[in-house]
Amino acid sequence: MSTAEHHAGDHAHDHHDHGPAKGIMRWLTTTNHKDIGTMYLVFSLIMFLTGGTMALVIRAELFQPGLQLVDPAFFNQMTTMHALIMVFGAVMPATVGLANWMIPMMVGAPDMALPRMNNWSFWILPVAFTLLISTLFMPGGAPAAGWTMYPPLVQQTGSAFPFMVFAVHLMGASSIMGAINIIVTIMNMRAPGMTLLKMPLFVWTWLITAYLLIAVMPVLAGGVTMLLTDQFFGTTFFRAEGGGDPVLFQHIFWFFGHPEVYIMILPAFGIISEIIPTFSRKPLFGYESMVYATASIAFLSFIVWAHHMFTVGMPLAGELFFMFSTMLIAVPTGVKVFNWISTMWRGAMTFETPMLFAIAFVILFTIGGFSGLMLAIAPADFQYHDSYFVVAHFHYVLVPGAVFAIMAGVYYWLPKWTGHMYDEKLGKLHFWLSTISVNVLFFPQHFLGLAGMPRRIPDYNTQFADFNMISSIGAFVFGFSQLMFVYIVWRCVRGGEPASSKVWESPRGLEWTVPSPAPYHTFETAPEVK
Amino acid sequence: MSESKWMQLWRSLLGAGLGLGLAAPAAADWALNMPRGVTAISNEVYDLHMLILGICCLIAVVVFGVMIVSIILHRKSRGAEPAQFHHSTKAEIIWTVIPILILVGMAIPAAETLVKMEDTRNADITVKITGYQWKWRYDYLDDDVGFFSTLDRASNAARQLDSGIRPTEVENYLLEVDNPLVVPVGAKVRLLITAADVLHAWWMPDFAIKKDAIPGYVNEAWFRVDKAGTYRGQCAELCGRDHGFMPVVVVAKDPADYAQWMADQRREAGLETERAEAVVAADPAPAAMRVEMVEQNERGIDDLVAMGESLYREHCGACHQPDGQGMAPVFPALAGSPVVTGDLSEHVGVVLKGRPGTAMAPFGPQLDDLQLAAIVTYQRNAWGNDTGDVVQPDYIAAAR
Repeated sequence: MSTAEHHAGDHAHDHHDHGPAKGIMRWLTTTNHKDIGTMYLVFSLIMFLTGGTMALVIRAELFQPGLQLVDPAFFNQMTTMHALIMVFGAVMPATVGLANWMIPMMVGAPDMALPRMNNWSFWILPVAFTLLISTLFMPGGAPAAGWTMYPPLVQQTGSAFPFMVFAVHLMGASSIMGAINIIVTIMNMRAPGMTLLKMPLFVWTWLITAYLLIAVMPVLAGGVTMLLTDQFFGTTFFRAEGGGDPVLFQHIFWFFGHPEVYIMILPAFGIISEIIPTFSRKPLFGYESMVYATASIAFLSFIVWAHHMFTVGMPLAGELFFMFSTMLIAVPTGVKVFNWISTMWRGAMTFETPMLFAIAFVILFTIGGFSGLMLAIAPADFQYHDSYFVVAHFHYVLVPGAVFAIMAGVYYWLPKWTGHMYDEKLGKLHFWLSTISVNVLFFPQHFLGLAGMPRRIPDYNTQFADFNMISSIGAFVFGFSQLMFVYIVWRCVRGGEPASSKVWESPRGLEWTVPSPAPYHTFETAPEVK
Repeated sequence: MSESKWMQLWRSLLGAGLGLGLAAPAAADWALNMPRGVTAISNEVYDLHMLILGICCLIAVVVFGVMIVSIILHRKSRGAEPAQFHHSTKAEIIWTVIPILILVGMAIPAAETLVKMEDTRNADITVKITGYQWKWRYDYLDDDVGFFSTLDRASNAARQLDSGIRPTEVENYLLEVDNPLVVPVGAKVRLLITAADVLHAWWMPDFAIKKDAIPGYVNEAWFRVDKAGTYRGQCAELCGRDHGFMPVVVVAKDPADYAQWMADQRREAGLETERAEAVVAADPAPAAMRVEMVEQNERGIDDLVAMGESLYREHCGACHQPDGQGMAPVFPALAGSPVVTGDLSEHVGVVLKGRPGTAMAPFGPQLDDLQLAAIVTYQRNAWGNDTGDVVQPDYIAAAR
């Protein structure tokens, strides 16, 4: 090696492979998709534990009948804040974090298309949640009208009201920026040869999710802005006494809210569709039908919103329409489940932690899907609606659904991020503790709802005592099991057995062609995809 | 009511396939399942519920069964070699079409029941239900009878934070009211459901009725109970702090008992009206003079304060708090409040008419003159509000 060459090499090294800045400024000013992905994931983990703590306050009060711990007003603040934090602070940022880390690597791009906006869209979130959580210490307490913020009750919120609205605006702005970034990256920065129908399914599901976000977050922002003007500027959009319509808000909210549930679950579908083929050592079954099913679900999500409002007093024709359209969702969702199982069929499966979480996802999400189908049947929904049956349903699709998929994804890609294998024994223990306790936690809630226990109540008749106690025990075991997850991730970041670039035996995708840990900059020269 | 042919078809299909007794009674003691209820509609809803549950269980057995077989057989540790197939148009078509057929078969009986549920024509009696924070009001529109229905005292005492009373010692804890809705057996009862402040939902599981009560809307529902008895439900839409404490209780009586009950109600209501009219007619003196005539009135301050204290706890304490400190800023403190210690007519006006646009409800329609006089007197003399004012029922009557 000549001196000149050496010098040139050094220079290239300085230019191309400069590491991150040091200290806090690295994180404040970073435009690197991996740094931002990490921040999203850490933030969502903190929110997951915060929202989880609130859930434990709820389950502690419900451990037995009678009021032992908290005032009913504070109980309502807990249910409201728990939901807002889990939806907007835990699940959504976690999937955005995974998108940030993985989408550029999966499509062979050097970074996200709009890196400065990427930094901005993350750093809005801590501000939004500081605002939201600070309302707990304001006169009148935190918002207590449920995460659905239905008027007129929400208008009884104290000083927290404008802070809640502004926090929602900020979360929406953050989501929209993140979504634009993802769409632009996927549309413009794919490596040569990476046609749309060669993209990994995680990329596909996120592309569709991003369009959903752009479509519905402004609707929510509009709805809460109308609440704001009703409260402070004398408008009567939702005030019956001024000719307004309280039900209008519900239509606006659920026009956002139903696509929102797919915003939380479609990326999860994508993660599962990556993991199952890897550990079955078989290509994903029905790739194209997976893409079309995802798109169908996204389309249907816009025409089913009023099934959240069957008891609101819609005309018969409206009830029939929303019942039929909702039932239709079972078809593309079924296609996905059948495809996952066909992928496993005649594979050569191994059961590392990501695969365990993925299998639990398929089973438990499907149980949530079944109760969703039951809820679609409008006459029966009159019994299920706003009961604990609904609580069981959406927690099944969100916790062993979305959250399990996110955890599966973290275990799956953690060696790629850190360069170390996580502790497989502890991972499996975490899986079994979580899976058993999550069922102890949520399955009895089906029975409670069918037997007539309404949701969002701090106290109940003694006939509901047994199942509530079981559910609370499950909640505490599940909650504390997640501290294990924190420990496992922490240990894996600090050290562990070195991971190869492939990490697993036969994973598919460009992310496995770069070393582990993935260098700070990847694919500065686009790879060739055949 | 005869079963539709669709339900019969499903019953035979599922019964053969799974040995599922769709007609099997629910495990009532463990309360695992939805109650069958006591109306023809609630039975149909129960059947629909069992049908869709049965279909889901059947699909679950097949789908999870295949998955478990695969997990057992197709594992690397057993030396399985992975196949490389990844597509089958035939399979995709099959598992798209079969679910659609099942869904169509499910949608038809569901739609039939829905149509029946929405048919509120030809009702025998009509009751208007109004949701309040946190109680229900029932108005019998054909009989000029109406009353409020609130959580009973025993439950209310036990449900306070750290009350020391065990819920197991209270009969029908949180599911008992002072005045239940009374209906005749066999009559088609039409409900008109609305709300005065925020959203509520009137839920009676035994009738399969859950309908939102919405300010500015009048929603309709109907039921026909075939069995005399007491049925219990709860408010199902989050309506604020005491959402969990506004039960729904319906008592179905035989027609003769119902007629007797209604006659009693009408007589009481008539007496009340007569009394109020007599008071106003006999004493049309201007309201402002009322306060100065304290000594001549038959109700002393101690009487009114004692009565007012318990009424205050029942009707005002949830928001303004038993110690009068309120919960700032939504529910203002009454202790030292300029309204409560200031001009009496303004104070009474707020209590009677409420404050539009806030959580303060109008209590004029909810309580009678004596009750309101007692509450106002209590508020003006409690927690250091030593105004010494005594408010008499006829002052309230004049201010209405």
